Amino acid sequence: MKFKYEIEGGNFSKAGNASSAVKKILKQLNVPPAIIKKLVVALYEGEVNVVAHAWNGCIHVDIEADRIFVSIEDEGPGIPDIEQAMQEGYSTASQAVREMGFGAGMGLPNMKKNADYLNVKSEVGKGTTVEIITFLK
Amino acid sequence: MTVNDIVGKLNLTVFGGDKGLNREITGGYVSDLLSDVMGNASEGEVWVTLQTHKNVMAVASLKDVSAVILVKGLKPDEDMLAQSNEEDIPVLGTEMETFELAGQLYGLIKNR
Ligand SMILES: Nc1ncnc2c1ncn2[C@@H]1O[C@H](COP(=O)(O)OP(=O)(O)O)[C@@H](O)[C@H]1O
Ligand SMILES: [Mg+2]
Repeated sequence: MKFKYEIEGGNFSKAGNASSAVKKILKQLNVPPAIIKKLVVALYEGEVNVVAHAWNGCIHVDIEADRIFVSIEDEGPGIPDIEQAMQEGYSTASQAVREMGFGAGMGLPNMKKNADYLNVKSEVGKGTTVEIITFLK
Repeated sequence: MTVNDIVGKLNLTVFGGDKGLNREITGGYVSDLLSDVMGNASEGEVWVTLQTHKNVMAVASLKDVSAVILVKGLKPDEDMLAQSNEEDIPVLGTEMETFELAGQLYGLIKNR
């Protein structure tokens, strides 16, 4: 089963809407709560990264019998050094964004902790794709 | 212990989300960093913060916290309040600072 949700870059008032929609569907499909909880963390962080750091993007969700595959793709500035970006505390977020409680540099680490598999691909000046796999069994 | 119980015991203001006042409280989490709450808070906890914008409710709802408490007399932004009512997650307020509020809350929840 496949779903797709759009994410608007820069629009913090809608941040979390896509993750919330995915959460509702996972609940309806009776995905175990513990798995939903983990995936929701990764989804939200990925969504916020598109809002905070990119121009626009979307979340693709593919639910299969034994796994959930999520891909968060954006058009944006990309990540020059992915290894650095993955480090806890590293953030290029603006002061204004930090004051809202974002930009702690915990997003990508949170995603890694809560995914069974995480892969980040990025091209500077074009965009970023984050792939997450969560196993259901 | 429900949200309503702590509203009474700590004399908290109820800004919105009244329909969620019967939610059960399992503990508390104190943080102003959304990713910290996202990564470390648990379902049913009361979230104590000084953030007053709408994204607080997005995180509160995704994490299924039982309520949000704003400290130091802070009030929720209008769109935060609107989402609190939509999601039935109470937004509460106190004049206390975080340290004092968290201490009192801990006493209540620990001794329940
Ligand atoms: N989708 C993205 N597009 C461009 N840069 C990104 C993206 N996601 C993450 N980054 C970069 O990686 C850094 C670390 O991301 P993250 O761990 O989520 O922390 P934060 O978002 O709090 O800064 C960001 O500050 C940003 O520089
Ligand atoms: Mg982030």
